[in-house]
Formats: sequence, structure tokens, C-alpha cells
Amino acid sequence: MHVEEKLTAETFPAEPEKATLEGKNKFLGFWFFLGGETVLFASLFATYLALKDSVAGGPSAKELFQMPIVFLATMLLLTSSLTSVYAMHHMRNFDFKKMQLWLGITVLLGAGFLALEIYEFTEYVHEGFKFSTSAFSSAFYTLVGTHGGHVAFGLLWIITLMVRNAKRGLNLYNAPKFYVASLYWHFIDVVWVFIFTVVYLMGMVG
Amino acid sequence: MANHTHVQNPKVDVQYRRKKNAEEMKHQIISFTLMIFLTLIAFFAVGYEGFSAWFAVPFILLLAVVQVIFQLYYFMHMSHKGHELPALFLYGGVVVAFVTVWAFLTIVWI
Amino acid sequence: MSTLARKKGVGAVIWDYLTTVDHKKIAILYLIAGGIFFLLGGLEAMIIRIQLAVPNNDFISAGFYNEVLTMHGTTMIFLAAMPLVFAMMNAVVPIQIGARDVAFPFLNSLGFWLFFFGGVFLNLSWFLGGAPDAGWTSYASLSLASPTHGIDFYVLGLQISGLGTLIGGINFLVTIINMRAPGMTYMRMPMFTWATFVTSALILFAFPPLTVGLIFMMMDRLFGGNFFDPALGGNTIIWEHLFWIFGHPEVYILVLPAFGIFSEIFATFSRKRLFGYSSMVFATVLIGFLGFMVWAHHMFTVGMGPIANAIFAVATMAIAVPTGIKIFNWLFTMWGGSIRFTTPMMYAVAFIPSFVIGGVTGVMNATAAADYQYHDSYFVVAHFHYVIVGGVVFALLAGAHYWWPKMFGKMLDEKLGKVTFWLFFIGFHLTFFIQHFLGLMGMPRRVFTFLPGQGFETGNMISTIGAFFMAAGTIVLLANVVITTVKGKRVGNDPWEDGRTLEWAVSSPAPEYNFAQTPLVRGLDAYWIEKMEGKKGLTPAEPLGDIHMPNPSILPFVISLGLFVAAFGFLFHQDHAWGTPVGIVGLLITLGAMFFRSIIDDHGFHIHKEEIMEAEKKGAGA
Repeated sequence: MHVEEKLTAETFPAEPEKATLEGKNKFLGFWFFLGGETVLFASLFATYLALKDSVAGGPSAKELFQMPIVFLATMLLLTSSLTSVYAMHHMRNFDFKKMQLWLGITVLLGAGFLALEIYEFTEYVHEGFKFSTSAFSSAFYTLVGTHGGHVAFGLLWIITLMVRNAKRGLNLYNAPKFYVASLYWHFIDVVWVFIFTVVYLMGMVG
Repeated sequence: MANHTHVQNPKVDVQYRRKKNAEEMKHQIISFTLMIFLTLIAFFAVGYEGFSAWFAVPFILLLAVVQVIFQLYYFMHMSHKGHELPALFLYGGVVVAFVTVWAFLTIVWI
Repeated sequence: MSTLARKKGVGAVIWDYLTTVDHKKIAILYLIAGGIFFLLGGLEAMIIRIQLAVPNNDFISAGFYNEVLTMHGTTMIFLAAMPLVFAMMNAVVPIQIGARDVAFPFLNSLGFWLFFFGGVFLNLSWFLGGAPDAGWTSYASLSLASPTHGIDFYVLGLQISGLGTLIGGINFLVTIINMRAPGMTYMRMPMFTWATFVTSALILFAFPPLTVGLIFMMMDRLFGGNFFDPALGGNTIIWEHLFWIFGHPEVYILVLPAFGIFSEIFATFSRKRLFGYSSMVFATVLIGFLGFMVWAHHMFTVGMGPIANAIFAVATMAIAVPTGIKIFNWLFTMWGGSIRFTTPMMYAVAFIPSFVIGGVTGVMNATAAADYQYHDSYFVVAHFHYVIVGGVVFALLAGAHYWWPKMFGKMLDEKLGKVTFWLFFIGFHLTFFIQHFLGLMGMPRRVFTFLPGQGFETGNMISTIGAFFMAAGTIVLLANVVITTVKGKRVGNDPWEDGRTLEWAVSSPAPEYNFAQTPLVRGLDAYWIEKMEGKKGLTPAEPLGDIHMPNPSILPFVISLGLFVAAFGFLFHQDHAWGTPVGIVGLLITLGAMFFRSIIDDHGFHIHKEEIMEAEKKGAGA
């Protein structure tokens, strides 16, 4: 069967992301990529942990971090993970409109998270905590910024997919793309769980 | 790609599948609730004066690990069939990650 | 629209290669680019050896020596050995597993172009203010103090080419898992495929730490970061760890494919099944796993403390066990076989004692207490050249001779091949054996000259003479390539006549679609099984039909070009006002090309049954 064939709810396979060989490849390759990303973030975390007390006279984690903003950001991102689960749920039910709707909500929540992070960073810079202030500041901005960069890239990716496929609906060519993008989005959330725990919460404990 | 399984009576299949998907979605919401709950506990544990850092840090790390397991196995469907190799390579990454972090906590300098 | 076997103009051929997503053509691109970098790295090696031929030599200055030395190591590892390994993998692995293509043809091409532009970028440093000069390991304490932009070229160039390697690794993992022909179970995969699989997994986990290390170095040098600056709380040891968490697995990334190549050659030219196949697989996986647990043995003298040193020493020595398993399996493969000493086989036989020497000195270096003596001496230089030249380079030369007919349809001349072998083999041992003793006598590595009267004269002179032998061998090889290309005769499917694996069942070079009909694999050494049953071809697993192929694309080239431009911009952003804008433009080119890749549907095309039948007829007649 052709990947662009018009499908109905009846003919749409149960696991559309893995119904074609391209889809299977994409699925597996992307998971492996996430395995590599795990090591990438581990290296960033490891360095952060090694340098977190090297404040070189600049502000320390305890002086900087504020519970409310981190809590809010965490809630936004966690919720966006759930909304993208909803999107995939509707994809499997072959309900394109609802999938787009939930992806749209995911994007909004993600954008909110990103806005909070940018606000947070500008606040820190105003307080004299710049990228070049200390080894701690470099490690902090690089770790959290790399995550933020992932969020930004994920947003661009999901928006592109939504716009590109808005008119033609779901088929077996784009289903794996949506699925993989949602995996990416969950992974961003996984990383954030460790960031709020290791960077922010542990930073506030001292 | 070659043939995939078409069921004789597609209507039944769709209904069955919808039902299964809806059931799974219920599990997803339960795991989401638990994740939010774990997050709240973590934030609370840090804010609460009664816990020392010696207790709070391992405790919130444990909560993070549990939460990530929910993410991986439910939200990212690792509990489903066909995720053996993704799991193998993810855990491969986790092993290297663990060794890296461990080294950076112990031997970056004496 | 016969895309098969049609004469094309030069422009069309270049365009074809710029846009190709065919793994066989990408293999040729890797071979050419890697080969050129290999010659460049060899030239740098010759400069080093000429400078060190006599004491107090002033052939080159100390500063230039540092650049040449750094670029020799960096070029040979990242820009010669890696791509040449990828050339072999691309040329052979998909056909060995009975696949028509790789899993991600587009990404495969992207991987090549990223490597290529990264390599070119790194080498442009020679013309733009000076090459990197802090050694291939580029320890932060040295490299942060380097005044020229050399280190920045190193950081950005390796970042780009490293990205390409990572992509290539993921491509091979998925290819081997998802694209195997029916019946090609994991335990029927040829050893080279297994080696590629484990190597790709190592790439997946080893390159991210390098990426992170390079990001830190880039931040510190170009954007005001303080990761490695002790004055602001940084720690240079972090670079060393990240570099070696990558760097040690990198050694296995290079040597496992080498083992795979030799496994194929030993079995073919002993006309015997590989001895202990399953233990070979086990050993390969085990080496891959242990490869991640030993990186700190490069840092015994850093001062990690006795416990850390002891743990890493023991883990390192443990690797000798699976490696020993392999050595014995190769010996037993030859035992009782009817051996043919072809050029590839001569490399394979020479590899065993050479590599064992490298392994033995490896265990010596692994003994942490003793390592304090060997560290930073020529003993270490001798050790790793025995491993990398005696293992990897021998394998690449052997593999090139072995698979040349499969890649180009013509056999390299065996006589010239053997001349190359003897020149290279003798030259190699002349160059590096004596360096063990130079090291034990106290000659430090990375020095640009030495004084007379310290007993280093004879050894260094011998070493330099050996280097000229290797250079001569390389020149003969080049001549061989030229002569073969001009005069060589076309060969059939199985030019060595003893081929065991699937690549020898298809025409040389393989058609664009590899297999007209996907083969049914009935055991290890699938082609050999068919031959033993008196069959000419493979058992097909499907009827003849249209074959789906991916479309060529220029986008991988554009994506890589964008990063190349961006790297230039950011490298000069502190010196020139145009730096940042150019950097941003470069990134936009890359993102734009990725955007187009995302929105343009790529469904590929079909080669029709009739065309395939015609092509197969022609192939059979050749």
C-alpha cells in the first residue's frame, strides 16, 4: 500500500508510526538518538555537579534560585507532556483535528515554559549572574540553556509538522513524524525532571 | 512495506481499538496525576525545614527517578511490545551516563 | 529513464556524487576524502620524522612542530581512520546483510558531508593564522593558552565532523537491525557486520561526551565561558575526562571494524568457516562494553588517587581477555585451512604479531604504578602506533585490497599490492619498534628536538628511515590504484573465488539496487553455503518486481555547508564585525535546508522490473 493512500479510521493501522519500513526505521533510529542524548545531558549534568560550588565570588545557587518560577515552569512542561500524549492518543484513533488541537496546546505550554526561562535568565543577568561570571554560571547556563534550546527546536519542529500537514490530514507518511516529534517532546520533559531536581531543588537545599 | 494485518470485520476492530486506546489514556492520566503529585512532594520536601539535606537530596532524586520511569514507560510507551531495542540502547546510555556522573563526583580532582 | 549504466559528462558525475544517497557511492566519497586526509596526515608524519632524524635539527621551528604534530594526530584519527572505516562499512555492510539500501540514505549522505566540511574547515587553519598546536588531545591547560585561532578551528571542525559520525553510527545501527534479509538472524551476520554494529553503538555513546567537551572549549575560548579556567572556579581535569570518555571508546570504534575486516579475510583465504564465531561475537560485544569503563587509564598520572587508578588498571587489563579470544580464534581459523597468501591475507597474518605487541605494551601501560615511568614517553607513542597502525591501518589497507573489486569492479594488482605490503610492514616495524626503547631510555614524546650524546641518535635515525619505507609503500599503492583504474580488467561477482558472504554474490560493482531479488539466507556464510550446494546464485526470497529507491538530494550538502559557514562566522566574531552575522547566516542556511527537508515529501522512485532484468543480463555477461 502506498504511504500517501487516503486512509479511514477502519484502515488506519493500530500502530501507524510503525506501519511502514520508513516508520520503523525512524522509530528505532530516534530512540537510539535519545540514548545518545542521554549521554550528552549526563556529561552536562556531571560537569554542572563538579562546578556547582565554584562561584568565584559571584552569586550562588541558593541566592539565585526562586521556587515559584521554577515550580510554574515545571508544571507547564509536565502538562505539555500530557497534552502531547493526548495528541498521540487521537492520532491512533485517526482523529486528525483533535490531534492538531492537542499539539497546539502543547506548543502553547512549551512556549510558555520557554518564555519563563528567558525571563528567568534575564533576571539573573540583572542580578549580576552572567554567563562569564564564574565556572558555576557557565555550567548552569550551558546545561539549562541546552535544554531550553531543545525546547525551542521542538517547538519549531512541531509547528512545522502541524502547518505542513494541516490540509492533508494523517497518513502513513506523516504519522511516524508526529510520533517521533512527540517522543522528543517527552524526552525534553525527562531531562527537565532532572534539571529541576538536580539544579534547582538541590541548589535550594544547598 | 508489505501486508499488515487487516481484520475481517474492520468495524469491530475499530471499536476494540478505540476502547483499548481509551483505557490506555486512563492509565496516562493516572500516571500524570502521580507525576504531578511526586513533583509537589519534591518541592515540598525542599521547602520543609524539618528535613536535612542528607535526607532531602536522596529523597528528591528518588522521586525524580520514579517520575522519569513513568514518563518512559507510559508517556513514551516503553511498556509496549517492540521496545526491547529502544530499552537496551536507552539503558546503555544510562549506564554510560551513570559512570560519567559518578566519575565527575569523585575523581575530577582529588 | 535508465539511470543504470549510462555514460555521463563530468559535470553530471560531480552532481551525481554531490547529491547521491547510494551507500556504495558514499563509500567511494569516504574512501577518496579519507584517503586524501590520510596522505595529508602521512605528510605531516614525514615532517615530524625528518625533524627528529638528527639531534638539534632545525628543519622546522618548535612552534610549527607543535602544529604539525597536533594535526598529524587529529587528521589521522578523525579525518583518515574514521572515514576510511566508514568507507568499508558503507561499501560492504548493506550488501552483507542482504539489504537494498541503508535505513537512512539521506542521513548517510549528510553524515559524509558533515565529516567532509568539518575536515576541510580544520585544515583551513593552516592558511588562516596557524593550525591547532596543543596535541590531538588538546588538554585545556594548554589549549586555552594557545594564542592563534588554531584551537578554535579544531573545536569547530571536530564538532561538525563529529556530528556526521554520530549520524553515521545511528544509520548503521538501524540498518543492521531493520534491513536484514529474511533468514539473516543476528547469529548469521558476518563478523564485519557485527563489528560495525558494536562500533556504531560505541559511536552513539562516545561522541556526545566529545560534543559536550568541544562545546565547553568553544564557550571558554570564544564566548567567555569558564569551564576550564581555574581563576574563576573552572577545572581543566573536566576536559581530560570528557575527552577520554570519548577518546578511549574511539580506539575501539577504530579497531573493532579492523577486527571485523580481518575476520572476513582470515575465513576467506583459509577457505574455512571463522573459528569460534559465537565467541567472536561475544568478545566483540564485551570489548565494546569494557571500552567505556577504562578511559581514566589515560590519566593515571593526573592524581586521581590509588583507588581510582587501581580500578581503571584492572578494568583495562580485563580487555586483554576478549582480545586474546579473538587472536586465538584467528589462529585456529588458519589452522588446517588451505591458505592463500593474497595481499589482504598477508596484512592479516602480519597483523597478528604486530597487534599482539601493541596489546602487550598496552597491559604494561595499564599497570598504573609502572605507567608513571612510561607516561608521556616514546614508549606510549610506540604502543599506540602498534595498535593503530598495526591494527587499524593494516586492516584498512587489507580491506581496501580485498573489497576494491567490489567497489570499483577491478582488482588491484597483486604484485604491486605485495610490494606495498612489504615496504609498509618493514617500514612500520622499523619506525615504531625502536621507539619502545627510546621511550624506556627517557625520550619524552611531543618534543620538537633532542640533544646529542643522550643515546637517542641511532634510534631516531632508524625510526626516520622506517617512515620513508612506509611512505614508499604508500606511493606504490597510489601507483597501483592509478594503474588499475586505467588498465585493470573488469571482474565478475566473486573475483577472489573464495567469497563466503553475500557481497560476493552480486556483480562488481554492485548494481544500484544491490539485489534484484532479496536473498534468502540459510546460514552463516550464506554465499558459501549456496556454492557448496553447486548453485550459482542465491536463493531468492521474493519474486522479481519493481524496486523502491530513495531520491538523490543536494540538501545534505547544503546543511553541512551552512554549518561550515556558521563556524567561520563564530570563529572570527571577536575579531571582525562580520563574524556574528556570517555565523547567523550560516545557521539559517542549515536550518532552512532542514526545513525544506521537512516540508518536501520524499517518496523516492521505482526501478521497474524490465530495467532490472535488462541490467542483470548485462551484469551477468560482463
